[in-house]
Amino acid sequence: MLQRTLSTRRRLGGVVLQIAIVAAIGGLGYGAAYNAGLNLSRAHIASGFGFWNNTAGFDISQTLIAYSASTSSFGRAFWVGLLNTLLVGAVGIVFATILGFVVGIARLSNNWLVARLAGGYVELVRNVPLLLQLLFWYNAVLKSLPLLHGSMALPGGAILNNRGLFLPRPVFAANFSAVVVVLVGGIICAIGLTVWSRWRHQRTGANVHIFWPSLALIVGLPLIAYAAAGFPLHFNVPQMGRFNVSGGLEILPEFVALALALSVYTAAFIAEVVRAGVLAVSHGQTEAAQALGLRSGQTLRLVVLPQAMRVIVPPLTSQYLNLIKNSSLAVVIGYPDLVQVFAGSVLNITGQAVEVIALTMAVYLAISLFTSLTMNLYIRTVAIPER
Amino acid sequence: MSAIGDQAYLRDVAAEKLPAPAERTGVIGWLRENLLSSPTNIVLTLACIVVIAWVVPPLVRFFLVDAVWSGADRDACLASPLQTQPGACWAFMRIWFSYFVYGFYPLAERWRVDVFFVALAFGIVWLAWLSAPRRDLGGLYFFVVLPILSFVLLHGAPLIGLPVVPTSLWGGILVTVVVATIGMVFSLPLGILLALGRNSEMPVTKAAAVGFIEFVRGVPLITVLFMASVMLPLFVPERFAPDKLVRALIGVALFASAYMAEVVRGGLAAVPRGQYEAARVLGLSYWRMMGLVILPQALRVTLPNIVNTFIGLFKDTTLVFVVGIFDFMRTVEAARADPKWTTPNTTVTAYVFAALFYFVCCYGMSRYARSVEARLTRAGRR
Repeated sequence: MLQRTLSTRRRLGGVVLQIAIVAAIGGLGYGAAYNAGLNLSRAHIASGFGFWNNTAGFDISQTLIAYSASTSSFGRAFWVGLLNTLLVGAVGIVFATILGFVVGIARLSNNWLVARLAGGYVELVRNVPLLLQLLFWYNAVLKSLPLLHGSMALPGGAILNNRGLFLPRPVFAANFSAVVVVLVGGIICAIGLTVWSRWRHQRTGANVHIFWPSLALIVGLPLIAYAAAGFPLHFNVPQMGRFNVSGGLEILPEFVALALALSVYTAAFIAEVVRAGVLAVSHGQTEAAQALGLRSGQTLRLVVLPQAMRVIVPPLTSQYLNLIKNSSLAVVIGYPDLVQVFAGSVLNITGQAVEVIALTMAVYLAISLFTSLTMNLYIRTVAIPER
Repeated sequence: MSAIGDQAYLRDVAAEKLPAPAERTGVIGWLRENLLSSPTNIVLTLACIVVIAWVVPPLVRFFLVDAVWSGADRDACLASPLQTQPGACWAFMRIWFSYFVYGFYPLAERWRVDVFFVALAFGIVWLAWLSAPRRDLGGLYFFVVLPILSFVLLHGAPLIGLPVVPTSLWGGILVTVVVATIGMVFSLPLGILLALGRNSEMPVTKAAAVGFIEFVRGVPLITVLFMASVMLPLFVPERFAPDKLVRALIGVALFASAYMAEVVRGGLAAVPRGQYEAARVLGLSYWRMMGLVILPQALRVTLPNIVNTFIGLFKDTTLVFVVGIFDFMRTVEAARADPKWTTPNTTVTAYVFAALFYFVCCYGMSRYARSVEARLTRAGRR
């Protein structure tokens, strides 16, 4: 009896609390919408996405898809910004992963000096705000590079000065596609070879060395095809002019600074993730592998890392997401990413704060949700089956 | 046969202990073990030494030996016959130092900022020192008394003779510390509520908490700040439109509370189920169970993570820069552009100075978090 009254009272309290929450959220939402309508109409600002197809009228310094200030729409500007965000995110993720794994493993090195240097890097980078690092790379390093006339010539024909990095631009002739076809074919054959050798290894225990044949398939065959097609690739090397650098592939200093800052910063966090992952593999595994006669590189590659990856991948993904979210700092140095183009220029021109900010947030949210869904699928596949 | 007793094959006296071989102990042993254990290691060691020898001396020369420590304007930091290659321009930092600390806070009122710093430091020590007396009072002081006291001190109260200083005059480390502290003071209680909501069995409460947490964690802080600074004024009646700094503070506090909620949830998960059941059996209501039994344990376990979240929050305060607030980073940016001090080294000096400030604060906090963690591990082992 007492039990029932108590739980009834508790349930009643819960219902009241939930109704109160719904009422509060609803009331806040209604009040916000009401005030927003009032304030917007007073400022003569339209609402809705009617502006989407209007002509943008502002320039963007880096466009991956065709865009011109006089004819392209705000919607086009949105896509330009989004692609720029994804580009810097992808480049940052690649470099941050490489650097992060190297530093993370170096931190565990049994060489005292190497471990200390890696530890110093992690501590230094993690404890200084990303914004400061970004400004440092942009204003203190890239802006103080030589002017046009003192441009640094890098190996391979690249040019570096305070206007950016100019790389040789690959120019593909028409029959280059044949080389790509051969390359894809080679990769498929190499994968087939790997699958076959695994199957054979499982069946008979015999090891087939597939490294050299695979290399021949992936590198050798395309090279032969490349020669046979008459070397269909050449490079448009940037040339120093009197007032400008002509030709080549221009990479904005903003892009270089942002990619550099994001990679260096995120790499420190990835290094910690990697270190934790490797430490999570029990030491007995290393000892067993060494007892079986594996060299230390093999131990790491064949025994420790595959097990560590289970622990590493989920936090690694959240670091990738952080990197993409942090790329919004682009707005500070003027790299035309989604926030700078859309929540910056488009917002200032149209004044439609609610729509613009909501859409910007929705994009980041979509990226996050998509990634975490993929991650949950991955975790389910690699989870050790409970016995 | 009789001679067996005389033949001593077994020693009855233990052999004298020999010292470990010299090459395995002391400095030499350490070097062999840690730096020269294999050919690869020797190569790595040499490479590291080369890198250090290549990087460190120029840095020391630039920042200490050749640095300019005093001077009235940029001439001191420019190359001169006396000093052909001047290093870091610390003189510039010295001249601008008070701006970095107080921003444009009126000179006559700066003692109020100093008092605020002291009061804050007192509160932090009280809370952070785990064996300090009456830490419950410390919590009350930090989360209730200090915010009110700080508002009265910094903003001013004409009633008691403190003239009002508008927030547009605040700047520098003062604003950085205010943003970080307010973020902390509001995000912890909010985060606890959100975490409890997320663990709740009531569907609406749970959905609201999960929705808020996942939404905020999925978007960059910059967009939250933009929302707070551009959209918030639209959502309230025009005459209540909050001050620029307050808007940024709301954005930071909401953002931090979502991260704090996840940290607290981790702590709640670490409290054994038996604690909940025992509290229920004793007849405690939900709030008393949480307040008296569960939360004290959960927060204690997760204290290192709370500190780590706070480090993140402290670094993130630099982003209020973007919505036009003069925090420390922004004052450094502004000072850097001073034409009176334009030299090739001004920018580098300014950024290294700023980095030093953030590094000292964040590294100190992370050392504290680690020491608490070690203490908790020791306590857990007992």
